[in-house]
Amino acid sequence: MTAAPRSSVVVEIGGLPIALHCDDSAFLRSIEERYAGYVGSSDRAKFDFEIAVGPPRQKSGDEDLSVKWTSGRWLIERGDFYAEFDPASSCGCIQQTANPYSLDSVLRIVHSLLLAKKGGFLMHASSAIRNGRAFLFAGVSGAGKTTIAKLAPPDAALLTDEISYVIPQPDGSFSAVGTPFFGELARVGKNLHAPVDCVYLLVKGPENKIEPVADADAVRGLLGNILFFARDPEFVKLVFSAAFDFAGGVPVRRLTFAPDERVWEMIV
Amino acid sequence: MNDKPYVARSTMIAARVLGDETMVMSASDSTLFTLDEVATVIWEAADGTTPLEEIVRKKVCAQYDVPLEVALKDAQTLVEQLAGHGLLLLSDRPIRQASAAAQAVR
Repeated sequence: MTAAPRSSVVVEIGGLPIALHCDDSAFLRSIEERYAGYVGSSDRAKFDFEIAVGPPRQKSGDEDLSVKWTSGRWLIERGDFYAEFDPASSCGCIQQTANPYSLDSVLRIVHSLLLAKKGGFLMHASSAIRNGRAFLFAGVSGAGKTTIAKLAPPDAALLTDEISYVIPQPDGSFSAVGTPFFGELARVGKNLHAPVDCVYLLVKGPENKIEPVADADAVRGLLGNILFFARDPEFVKLVFSAAFDFAGGVPVRRLTFAPDERVWEMIV
Repeated sequence: MNDKPYVARSTMIAARVLGDETMVMSASDSTLFTLDEVATVIWEAADGTTPLEEIVRKKVCAQYDVPLEVALKDAQTLVEQLAGHGLLLLSDRPIRQASAAAQAVR
């Protein structure tokens, strides 16, 4: 007698294929639809997560997120999900409701933890590739990340309107890669990557203009938008250091925009 | 009179000097703090074994034209604020960083 093969979907973002195993075939189908463009083959999976779909653990999903390192594994918890991740075995488990956006949150956090070890990070920024170079537009909610993404011309490939994914390269440069993590635009980013040309700190204003940013302000601007999910000294030190490395090699400028599509005439 | 003269940088932080400023991030809540030039001098000298009064006298007053009494009062305010955010440790005896620095290896 042989066991039935487990049903699974592999979601590959930033070159990190994560196999998601679940007995609920309808939920797996919803994952395939949600992460269309980022679904890979099972033989490439480097990480395995077992998903148990069930009722909410608490009455509301609005409880504060908690990400802790305990006994050799990450414990990731919010009202609508609970997850564990053991980096040594590359395995984890997720208990959540059938809402695929709970999984989205877990994946963002797991990727931020994995990226930190590589010297990368996730940032509150929309990003796009134009002329083979990636441009990031960083800002808190309401700064204009989605707006500038909507204004992008046809020759710009949108990587995300919400969470940019930054990875260091062996030569010391940094690349931005597409993600399925979207914001108000509700559109999955293109699964592409390119060297980062510039980060723009977004400001809405009466006219379109680009201004230089002092080194300290650049780092402050980056750190203010980088996602620090885990309250953990090692994680914070890794991401903090990555932000400085990034600021040392990538121009950071302030972009004030009207907003209208002419702003993209300056993004080349 | 300061009853906790010894100051040491917490291990629960990340810090980097940039120009004449120091950026310090709390690992407990990711809050970012920026220390100016004088605060940076005190921060870098906060080794846990040098009393604050000695740091101010040898490092601050030696570099800046400021009376010891004034500089010490300002320094005391600064270290108490930073300690309140968990960035500095204050003690009535020398602080051994090795015991505080123990971190899980992973």
